[in-house]
This record gives sequence, structure tokens and C-alpha cells, in this order.
Amino acid sequence: MTANSRIPLLPAEEYERRRRRANSALPSLWELLDAVKDPEIPAVSLWELGVLQDIALEEDVVIVTITPTYSGCPAMTVMAEDILQALAEAGYPGSRIVNRLSPAWSTSWMSDDAREKLRAYGIAPPGETDNTPVHCPRCGSGRVRNVSQFGSTACKALYQCGDCAELFDYFKPI
Amino acid sequence: MSDSKLKEATRQYAIRLGDDALVLGHRLSEWCSNGPFLEEDLALTNVALDFIGRARMFYSYAAELAADGSTEDTYAYTRDCREFSNLLIHELPRGDFAFSMARQYLVDVYNLAYMEALRTSADGTLAAIADKAVKESRYHLRRSHDWMLRLGDGTDESRQRLQRAVDELWGYTPELFASDALEQGLADAGIGVDAATLRAAWEQAVSATLAEATLQQPAGDWEVSGGRRGLHTESLGHMLSELQFMQRAYPGLQW
Ligand SMILES: [Zn+2]
Repeated sequence: MTANSRIPLLPAEEYERRRRRANSALPSLWELLDAVKDPEIPAVSLWELGVLQDIALEEDVVIVTITPTYSGCPAMTVMAEDILQALAEAGYPGSRIVNRLSPAWSTSWMSDDAREKLRAYGIAPPGETDNTPVHCPRCGSGRVRNVSQFGSTACKALYQCGDCAELFDYFKPI
Repeated sequence: MSDSKLKEATRQYAIRLGDDALVLGHRLSEWCSNGPFLEEDLALTNVALDFIGRARMFYSYAAELAADGSTEDTYAYTRDCREFSNLLIHELPRGDFAFSMARQYLVDVYNLAYMEALRTSADGTLAAIADKAVKESRYHLRRSHDWMLRLGDGTDESRQRLQRAVDELWGYTPELFASDALEQGLADAGIGVDAATLRAAWEQAVSATLAEATLQQPAGDWEVSGGRRGLHTESLGHMLSELQFMQRAYPGLQW
């Protein structure tokens, strides 16, 4: 499977992101937000997706930094609301969301674990590049056909498997 | 330019780029539920969302620079035609599917090169927006390029329609590469893009695609411009009356 043949190189910004979490003085808040999933792909959390960038505490206010996936992704508003709600329920009302554009979000930040979750959910995980072969998430076949460059959302393309006929979303590398 | 002048120029520049994105995004969104088939409907609306998102980022930045209480919505909803500074090609009515795809292809080639250049802007926010836009524009271009070949090298009907679309659009393309004192100043300061430098590569790429799609390259014996100065075609006003309807009927309305 492609997941095992990936060269385990982390992009610098993803390395930094993981370090921010590992060295954070607020591990319980990171764990709390692990429960906040992508509203359109509930199989992965915002952390696994790479959207959740940083958590800080200023006075009593929690400040959560996120980075948008696609410029026009309508799910970003829902993600921000879900974060604020999870924090409010945990006793942190009045938290704030900061949107950070740079570094631009990339599917290369997604861990193997997150990719596997996508596959199990029925979505072909993003390849290394535009030219990485796509495999059917259901039967693993590489005999697939691109039906449309855009699937149910901007971040996905629509494919069909030539072996099991499954119509599936492919998370495009970006 | 002094710092404050540079800041104001950058704000206006951000509004221009926001206007381009919003107006094109709106035209694309008009295809929602009107696409020729479901997958294409989804694709068009997803591309529309990318452009509207791009507009939001540019407008938000302009509002941040203005620091006068304005927001992205102020720019999108409370300005009239003469204050919109988009390049004219973006506001032309969506026409038939061939027209929309031909326009998309011509501006996708342009946008990709433009955003690649803006990525190295000395202005960190513009560079960050461009960095996101480049990734999206690559997908946009791949799709619109495919459609150029499919329609151009398709049936007589599709070829005819696409040729007509290219002919109608051609005179609006020189404006893509023009610039005024504001843009020159920003280009000199390393903040903006000198669009004239993108022209040769654009022409080469477009010519190659037209040839591959068995289309005639128009003679280029007419051209229209004025968008950056607020001089628009009759279409923009009609578009804004729809886009801004709620704020015009209920000023200050909040969802
Ligand atoms: Zn299959």
C-alpha cells in the first residue's frame, strides 16, 4: 500500500507544528480539541487534518490558531464554531480564533495514521504529488478513472474504481 | 513612496485583487444548479468558492490596513460600480458553458502566473494569500484547459461556440497586462506584480492551447479597458444589484 512506501520526511512547518504541541504547557487543551472533527470528514480531527496550529492562553482567554484548508472552504466557519463550543463546554468561554494564512496548508502534513483513517472512511488519501497513482479505498485497485477534478468539496476529486465500480472521493494533494 | 502612501497603495491594490476574485467568483456561482451535469455543477461552484474565499482574504487585508472599522463586507456590499476596480473580463455575463470555460481558461493561465509572482511579494500577507491561491489555481487551470481541448476538438457545435467565445473575449485580454502608476509604484517597491512581464508567457501558453484545440487565434484588432479606473461594462451594475440586494434593501443587515 502507498502508506507504507511513503518516505518518512516531515515538512519543516509540520515538524514545527508537532513540536508546538509536544512542548505546549496546555496538553489538556490539545487533547480536548482532539474531539473536534472535520465537519465534512468526521473520521479525522482538526489536529490530524493540520488545521489546528497552536493553542495559547492569555489571561483567561484561550486563543486557538487555525489555518484554512482552501480559500473558500465553507467548513472553516463551522470548524471555528465547533472549537469555540468545545472550549466553552469545558469551562473556557470567550475563547478566540486566530486565522493564519502562512504557511499555506498542505496535505503533506497529514500523518500516515490520518491517511489510514481517511481510507477506512472511504476516501482515498492524498498522494505525495499530483502524479501519485490513486488507489480505490475499497478494494485497493489502481485501475481507477477520474470522473471530475472536483468532488463533493473543493479539496476532493471524484474517481471511480474500474474493478469494484466504487465511486469515491480522492483527497487531492495540495 | 512614503510608508503611509505605500500602505494606502497596498490597500487599494488588495481591493483590486479582491474585486477581480469576487466578480469572477460571483459569475461562476451563477452556474450553481445550472451546470450541464452534476459533476460539472459541483466543479464550477467549488471553483467559485475558491475565488470568493480569495476575495475575502484580500478584502479583509484591505480592511485591516484601513483600520477604520470597515470589514470585508464593507468592500463587497457597500460600493457601487464606479468604485469597483476589477478587470473587465471578469464581469462579462456567464454566457453559455463554452463562454464560461473560455474565460476561465484565459484567466486561469493569467492567475497562476500572477499569483506565482505575488508569492515573492515583500508584503507578507499578500505573499501568503498568493501562496494559497497558486495551489488552487493549478487545479483550476488543469480543468479549464481540459475543457478547451474537449470543446474545441469536439463536435462542430462545441467548436463553433468555443471559437465565438474566444473571439468575444479576446479584446478584454490586453487589459490583464496593463498597469497604472499605483501598480508600477508597488511593483517597484517589490510589493506588487508588474503584469506586463507575464504577457509573453501567457500568449505562448494560450496560443499553444488554441492550436491544440483547433481554434483560430483572434486577430486582436480591438480592445477594451477601464476596469481599474471604475469604468465598467453595462453588466457589472446588474450583477451588483443582485449580489448586493440584501444590503441595499436592509442596510447593515447581519445574519
Ligand atoms: Zn475498487
